[in-house]
Amino acid sequence: MAGAASWSFSENDFKQIQQHLQAFLRDSNARCALLVDRTGQLVATVGDPPQFDATAFASLTAADFSANDQLAKMIGEHEFASLVHQGEKESMFLADVAKRVILVVLFDQRTTLGLVKLKGKGAVEKLNKVFAEMFNRVGAGPAAPEKGVLEGAEDEIDKLFG
Amino acid sequence: MSMINYASREINCKLVYYGPGLGGKTTNLEHIYGKVSPNTRGKMISLATETERTLFFDFLPVDLGTIRGFKTRFHLYTVPGQVYYNASRKLILKGVDGIVFVADSQIERMEANVESMQNLYDNMSEYGYDLTKIPFIIQYNKRDLPNAAPIRDLQASLNPGWPIEDGAQQKVTPDPTHAGENLIERIDNQWVGRAPYLEAVAVRGDGVFDTLKTVSKLVLKTLS
Repeated sequence: MAGAASWSFSENDFKQIQQHLQAFLRDSNARCALLVDRTGQLVATVGDPPQFDATAFASLTAADFSANDQLAKMIGEHEFASLVHQGEKESMFLADVAKRVILVVLFDQRTTLGLVKLKGKGAVEKLNKVFAEMFNRVGAGPAAPEKGVLEGAEDEIDKLFG
Repeated sequence: MSMINYASREINCKLVYYGPGLGGKTTNLEHIYGKVSPNTRGKMISLATETERTLFFDFLPVDLGTIRGFKTRFHLYTVPGQVYYNASRKLILKGVDGIVFVADSQIERMEANVESMQNLYDNMSEYGYDLTKIPFIIQYNKRDLPNAAPIRDLQASLNPGWPIEDGAQQKVTPDPTHAGENLIERIDNQWVGRAPYLEAVAVRGDGVFDTLKTVSKLVLKTLS
């Protein structure tokens, strides 16, 4: 592999992801769910719009998860598939999805960690399926949709950089 | 790993500024942060020690414009330069689309530059990434200092070139930014490729945007 492969998702993928996340928020009574890819990019947000800088939040989440992965290895675990950060009022639950994406759930006293974890497990399973299909499609070959998204746009790229 | 979101029409790419400690990686980002309109950039996040040395990373998202209806958003990261932070340095490289190696031009820092470059090659290969095949440029920073080493010495140590085995690439490719120099050329019957390089004085902002433009352009061209 020359570099990291890029990946893309269609509007249909996006809709499915949102539906699963909305159902999860309803069932768990959590406030907001974000999906962040392991490189720190925000994929989707569902629920109450975050009142903070979501882009920065996504990069810190990915770093947090990666650092904890390494900590897991140091103590002889393969990984920590989920993490919890518990605050006085606001808390976060993070879970791995398909080894490429992180589900971040923000919740408060309207629910409990137990319920978020329980419902989170089901949501992760559903999301795993969506992402597995998406990655299979991307890895299918040169006809994958993201290839050459800017094909023939060399002039536009040159123009962008004056 | 560029991420293309067809729903929101966005292309997200990750750039990493790598290099030895105190070489100017954070200064590059700070200059960009200070000069770019707040509408086109996000908040700069620095995970630094009390003495402002980068502990984990600095992070700055920047929108560079729209191509084919896609908003191109670049996430700029720096790594901690100090040798003993390798674990966190390696984490930041995950999914990288383009790399800027910020070298400290001072003669006294030559060894630190070489060590950091070697470390970059090692960390990349541990992820299975090939530095000679992804967008990669070198910025020779601190060119204003009296003890700055000549460019040819820096090039010889840090950018000596790699063999080009692919016949299709074996053609003389002039360096667009340095007249009379080539990025790909034949030396003693061997085809050699080198990373593009730029000179900079990051504290004054000289060369900072040229560096960002050069590497971003290379990254976008990999998608075309």
